[in-house]
Amino acid sequence: MSFPWAEQYTPKHPVMQWVDEKLPLPRLVYNAVGAGYPVPRNLNYFWNFGVLAGLALVIQIVTGVIMAMHYGANDLVAFGTVEQTMRDVNAGWLMRYAHANGASFFFIVVYLHIFRGLYFGSYKAPREMVWLLGLVIFLLMMATAFMGYVLPWGQMSYWGAKVITGLFGAIPVVGEPIQTWLLGGFAPGNASLNRFFSLHFLLPFVIAGVIILHIWALHIPGSSNPTGVEVKGPQDTVPFHPYYTAKDGFGAGVFLIAFSILLFFAPNFLGHPDNYIEANPLSTPAHIVPEWYFWPFYAILRAFTVDFFFIPAKLLGVLAMFASILLLFFLPWLDTSPVRSGRYRPTFRKFWWILLGDVAVLGYCGGAPAAEPFVMISQIAAAYYFAHFLIILPLIARFEKPLPLPGSITEAVLATYGKTDGETAAVPAE
Amino acid sequence: MVRYGAIAVGLFFSGWLFISFLVGGYSYVTEPPAATVEHEFHLAPKHVAFSFDGPFGKYDKAQLQRGFQVFKEVCSACHSLKFVAFRDLEALGYNEAEVKAIAKQWAIKTPSVDPATGEASTRDPVPADHFPKPFANNVAAAAANNNAIPPDLSLMTKARHHGSAYVYSLLTGFQDQPAELLKHFPDAKTPEGLHYNPYFANLNLAMAPPLSAEGQVTYGDGTKASVDQMAQDVSAFLTWTAEPKLENRHRAGLATIIFLLIATGLAYMSYQNIWADKKKAAV
Repeated sequence: MSFPWAEQYTPKHPVMQWVDEKLPLPRLVYNAVGAGYPVPRNLNYFWNFGVLAGLALVIQIVTGVIMAMHYGANDLVAFGTVEQTMRDVNAGWLMRYAHANGASFFFIVVYLHIFRGLYFGSYKAPREMVWLLGLVIFLLMMATAFMGYVLPWGQMSYWGAKVITGLFGAIPVVGEPIQTWLLGGFAPGNASLNRFFSLHFLLPFVIAGVIILHIWALHIPGSSNPTGVEVKGPQDTVPFHPYYTAKDGFGAGVFLIAFSILLFFAPNFLGHPDNYIEANPLSTPAHIVPEWYFWPFYAILRAFTVDFFFIPAKLLGVLAMFASILLLFFLPWLDTSPVRSGRYRPTFRKFWWILLGDVAVLGYCGGAPAAEPFVMISQIAAAYYFAHFLIILPLIARFEKPLPLPGSITEAVLATYGKTDGETAAVPAE
Repeated sequence: MVRYGAIAVGLFFSGWLFISFLVGGYSYVTEPPAATVEHEFHLAPKHVAFSFDGPFGKYDKAQLQRGFQVFKEVCSACHSLKFVAFRDLEALGYNEAEVKAIAKQWAIKTPSVDPATGEASTRDPVPADHFPKPFANNVAAAAANNNAIPPDLSLMTKARHHGSAYVYSLLTGFQDQPAELLKHFPDAKTPEGLHYNPYFANLNLAMAPPLSAEGQVTYGDGTKASVDQMAQDVSAFLTWTAEPKLENRHRAGLATIIFLLIATGLAYMSYQNIWADKKKAAV
């Protein structure tokens, strides 16, 4: 679907006309990310992160496929083949550091993308399906990243795999058989490594598939925008190309500069030194921590320290950790306020900032050792996390008095330029 | 309905977390966690400057050669360097013939098979070989070292926080236990056969001070071989073994950043140019 005023694909060259008749793939691309897709004219830089996430996935797939050519998925040699890639493969160090830091940057842009959606109410009708598919992508990313981290077969790889699969062991009765089934043994070993490699190679392409659905679902209602007011006419939109391709080009440049700074000058800053020690089932690291992008969830997992009658604390932690992500699937029906954008929701906006700080605190505690005071801090922070989504958001929607909305996107844009660019307004149009 | 269910779930999780907080807080106040000897006496690595620090850092080849000499004459008796090959030493400034000679004269021989009988034997290493391990296996290594296995050093400086400074601090950090430690933690007296070192995570390690006297090695370039100098040199060498491509990385990074700054500047200008007509108030 598209707006009636969307530009039409009209191939001029006879070859392109011929292709369009047989297989209208260029037409599909034109309508999806070309001039044929009208987009609100007032998107701010936070709308860059979807495209940047796509770019991050491409970087991961390209570097990952090359690394797979030099990797041996066998517990006896895996660590050594990764080192060989770093030392003896042409630009192997670049591929590996780009892949490891690329995962971090993928999560950075996706977290910004998610928090953008939370602030501007992008999950609300009619874009619920876009949100739900985005969460599916997020879950697939987490699974892929976890299995990828196991592949170098360092100490954190091994013990991370043991802890995370051990979460399933907390499920009563069937837990331990499930853990054994997932690992292909009683502890992480060659069988685990092989299946993780196989799935780690497969899932990025599943992610790419779900991204296509995500964009497809987005194109039904069209992109949201910072005012949250729907598009009313042609004056509210610009064609995706060249307007947003140009803006995304600039955004991609800034992204690549930030990525390069870390990749070339501090490639191990986000990693854990223990993963440069070969996996050793007989020696447990002092602190087992996942990669930074899992820290908020790891903090929630460890925040449950008291049994709830017959439910052991460990099982509660596992349930809460899964619930902390699954509850996001219900968000479109929890926040019932008809106003989308946080700009016009004064109370909601304050709580959004508290949530942002809360997740940062959870992240910090998740990376810290499981000792006081971090456990107590993460208990309070985790309590707020659940309260925010499950209690506070439904209540705000009910009691908040939103600010008046602009009449249209164009009206909001003109108000901004009228203020900051008053002199230009006096110049007559050519 | 969804919202009532959500509020119930939210009250359960948040409420139980709050109760857990109260329980944890109560025991924190009534039985505050006891101070541990590691927490009180473990030290962060010393500050030490290396030529490879910073975005423009490069290895000092003379220092790497000195560090290699320390490794060869001291560390290699117990520690392996299994991810490094003799041929890699050309990066330290040795030519092909020198590398060949270093490999041939290496004290530890490469395991091999006798070509006549097929029995296990050894041969002189060649440049293509990785550094041979000093012990045949972990059991032999532990038996010869007071039950502790000397770790492989190839990646040591990346396998510890602030690894280069850590190796330097550890090598220069051996000392007698402070009287204060023994006064407050009498049980933490260094056991027989271990050595006190505040830079080591649990304060006592099996390795005896490997660099103990000035002039333990005699540097060919005339540098005075103080313990501090030898420790710095071998830390630099082990940084190279862990990150041999550091200079390539810094060079490529600089070129990439300059390219990206120009490209991003151009992208910004074309963005502004394309949007110029949309950013005027009078449309």
